[in-house]
Amino acid sequence: MENIYLTVVLSPLVAALVAGLFGKQVGRMGAHTVTIAGVATSCLLSVYTLYSMLFGDLGTYNGTVYQWMSVGGINMEVGFLVDRLTALMMVVVTFVSLMVHIYTIGYMHDDPGYQRFFSYISLFTFAMLMLVMANNFLQLFFGWEAVGLVSYLLIGFWYKRPTAIFANMKAFLVNRIGDFGFLLGIAALLMFTGSLDYGDTFAAAEGIAAAQINIVGDANWSLLTVACICLFVGAMGKSAQVPLHVWLPDSMEGPTPISALIHAATMVTAGVFMVARMSPLFELSETALTFVIVIGATTALFTGFLGLVQNDIKRVVAYSTLSQLGYMTVALGASAYAAGVYHLMTHAFFKALLFLAAGSVIIGLHHEQDMRKMGGLKKYMPITYWTSLAGSLALIGFPGTAGFFSKDALIEAVGHSTIAGSGYAYFCVLAGVFVTALYTFRMFFLVFHGKERMDEDARHHVHESPWVVRVPLVLLAIPSLLIGWPTIGPVLFDDYFAGAIFVAAPHDVLAELGADFHGAFGFLLHGLQSPVLLLAFAGVVVAWYLYLKNPLLPKAIKERTEFLYRLLDNKYYLDDFNEKVLARASRMLGQGLWRGGDAAVIDGALVNGSANAVGWIAGKVRRIQTGYLYHYAFAMVIGLCILIAWFIW
Amino acid sequence: MFELIFFGMYAFVLLAAAVGVIASRNPVHSAMFLVLAFVTSAVLWLMLEAEFLGIVLVLVYVGAVMVLFLFVVMMLDINSDTLRQGFLTYAPIGIIVAVVAVAQIWSVVWLRDQGLPAAARIEPAAADFSNTAELGAVLYTEYVYPFELAAFVLLLAIVAAIVLTMRKRPNLKQQDISKQVAVKRADRVRIVKMDAERD
Amino acid sequence: MLTLTHYLMLSGALFAIAVAGIFINRKNMILLLMCIELMLLAVNFNFIAFSRFLDDTAGQVFVFFILTVAAAEAAIGLAILVVLFRTRSSINVKDMNSMKG
Repeated sequence: MENIYLTVVLSPLVAALVAGLFGKQVGRMGAHTVTIAGVATSCLLSVYTLYSMLFGDLGTYNGTVYQWMSVGGINMEVGFLVDRLTALMMVVVTFVSLMVHIYTIGYMHDDPGYQRFFSYISLFTFAMLMLVMANNFLQLFFGWEAVGLVSYLLIGFWYKRPTAIFANMKAFLVNRIGDFGFLLGIAALLMFTGSLDYGDTFAAAEGIAAAQINIVGDANWSLLTVACICLFVGAMGKSAQVPLHVWLPDSMEGPTPISALIHAATMVTAGVFMVARMSPLFELSETALTFVIVIGATTALFTGFLGLVQNDIKRVVAYSTLSQLGYMTVALGASAYAAGVYHLMTHAFFKALLFLAAGSVIIGLHHEQDMRKMGGLKKYMPITYWTSLAGSLALIGFPGTAGFFSKDALIEAVGHSTIAGSGYAYFCVLAGVFVTALYTFRMFFLVFHGKERMDEDARHHVHESPWVVRVPLVLLAIPSLLIGWPTIGPVLFDDYFAGAIFVAAPHDVLAELGADFHGAFGFLLHGLQSPVLLLAFAGVVVAWYLYLKNPLLPKAIKERTEFLYRLLDNKYYLDDFNEKVLARASRMLGQGLWRGGDAAVIDGALVNGSANAVGWIAGKVRRIQTGYLYHYAFAMVIGLCILIAWFIW
Repeated sequence: MFELIFFGMYAFVLLAAAVGVIASRNPVHSAMFLVLAFVTSAVLWLMLEAEFLGIVLVLVYVGAVMVLFLFVVMMLDINSDTLRQGFLTYAPIGIIVAVVAVAQIWSVVWLRDQGLPAAARIEPAAADFSNTAELGAVLYTEYVYPFELAAFVLLLAIVAAIVLTMRKRPNLKQQDISKQVAVKRADRVRIVKMDAERD
Repeated sequence: MLTLTHYLMLSGALFAIAVAGIFINRKNMILLLMCIELMLLAVNFNFIAFSRFLDDTAGQVFVFFILTVAAAEAAIGLAILVVLFRTRSSINVKDMNSMKG
């Protein structure tokens, strides 16, 4: 199997190198052929892996492929850990990536950076696979930074746009904060367990559960809590949790396929995956779990509100991504890792679908993203319309869709959780359902129904997208609607993740749910009676009333609640806060260090000062060097006398 | 006893000559005192049964090096008055340093004297013993490479001295033999065709 | 009885006189060279005395080499002196201060 795993990882890399380094030689056709072939290979082999794990007797693979170096007893290796969690992630990543590759042919059709784009997304697939298949922290960190790198490259893909550069910079800076925490977490674990390997670390985790460390002053901190929170800070950066979420909406400056692949379906879920992978550590620290659940719940609800006031179609989807990531994080905090990962999977399908559909709309309207200039597109773009509907239904959790199964299970699990903060989280996710439905269908109605608000010229050119765009939409719509039926039972309630995810018995909310689980259909019936569904329908109805039935009302509401609208429109003033307080403070600190520390102390006192001191002393001492031969001779003779005196003493 | 008196006499002359070297006003006198010092040393070396070196000292130093010194002193028009300015200002320091050096060296010799082997008082060599032959025996076997090197150093000194002191005088008429040999007919003779002149 | 100590003390005194000579005749380069010859003579004395009293020919070999080197040194030193005199018409050490800082 090692060769298969190596092929899975390396074929996108090779394709990326070919398309990136020889883009001119292979041409547009060559670039997309080779990258799609690479990713398709990966995808097929991943599916094969998952298939043989589910229906064959393929076990967990954990092995080192290459030892990079061994320093002070620490082995730095490249290795693969392929268990069911990994296999699931591999399939999701490569499948969505493949769809995006195909879609890109249509979307980037006239872009001059065509080959470069294909090279980047293929490289991203490689990096993401390295991340999910890692069996040690070093490789995890490599993948983590590599996906980040590609993400920055792609946010700034249109590097001539100032906004793209700004968004790029913002993503980079915010992720630095997260990665700093992540690195600290890894370092803390390495320091106390002495190993970078997952297996060794998890085995040692029990032993250091009681370990305490001093960080500031004499206060004792539980090592594992600190390490887990540090790791989760990394996840907050990558998975855009409050307050490190600010980069994700801005990252929509990148091309739409990227928003679908990186900033919705795969990369941003790396944090969720990582926490699930680290479940043996998180399970040992209730404090860390509480931290996770509170952050996740806040993200889930409050970023949802922001989606209500956005007018840019991609930004609405972006905020819904934030909100859904919050849901996954809540599941992690409630120890329902399987539910989190399950939602990750379904979300990958329907969010990629929504983004690609949004992209399709954008192409159809010739790169118009403002929803106020859309409307009534249903009759122009039927395929896009129906697939968007599928995606939207899945997103709000319409009974029977993939989103319904994952989100309902997730909310149920949070409701059963007893961990501190779970009450708040339960409230947030329930309220979030209403908000989700509201903004999703606000977008849907504004785009596809109602009056046609585009100008006359644009209306003539509205057209359905080419087949390379439509095929991925359809291919993604199928799992968005149906994947929940066959998978919910095995993934959530059977021992699918046994050995990959560890849950301590007192936290095991999914087991409690599992006791009442009688097949997917039973789950559906149960879900029909829950408040979740009512809330979702309420959201849809409100959206229908406000944006189709009575389109003047939203304006009136906006005027009445001027303050609230401003707050939302300015994203809780978080950007301003960052800009005015944090950025200014760090600029001032930097300026102070530059002026006071570097210019005055290091440059002035140390560098120039020591040079001046040497010059001054030399100026004094050089008077000894008269240049007269006999003075040197005298010095020599007298020195000789002194030496002899010392010698015979 | 006789030996000791002999030694004391020559040692006195040697030291007196050394003082003469450093103290006389005229460099020529200094050089002559140095010759005296070398000759006295040679005698003392003969007493130490280093006959070869004693004779070499006289031949090489008195015969060659000191003549060189005298040459230079006499050849150069040296104003010795300016050179002797401040002669006495540094004399006290010089004497103090010298006294200190002597005291130190003597104290070393004195202190270490107790530890010297009994062989410090030895018998003279046999009558047919040849110091030159013995020195030659080690010099041409054991020390042959240093010997060759010394020869090279001397060669180098000769070349260096010549290179340093030789100078070209532009208005001096000199033969350049290589030029004379390399000359061709065309350089010297030119045949001119002209009509015969008649009266 | 004549012992090694006598010779060593003689050479020490000779050396000290040469040192004093360097101080006294600090300006006259020829005399400086002569003082150096005196110092070397003192050193040679030591070598020969030790060679005699320890019954080891190596000391005499060394004296041989020192004489060689000293002769070469004197020749080159005097040559330099002559060149110096030609260019500066002085052998005053005080005038040789072009390296003065």
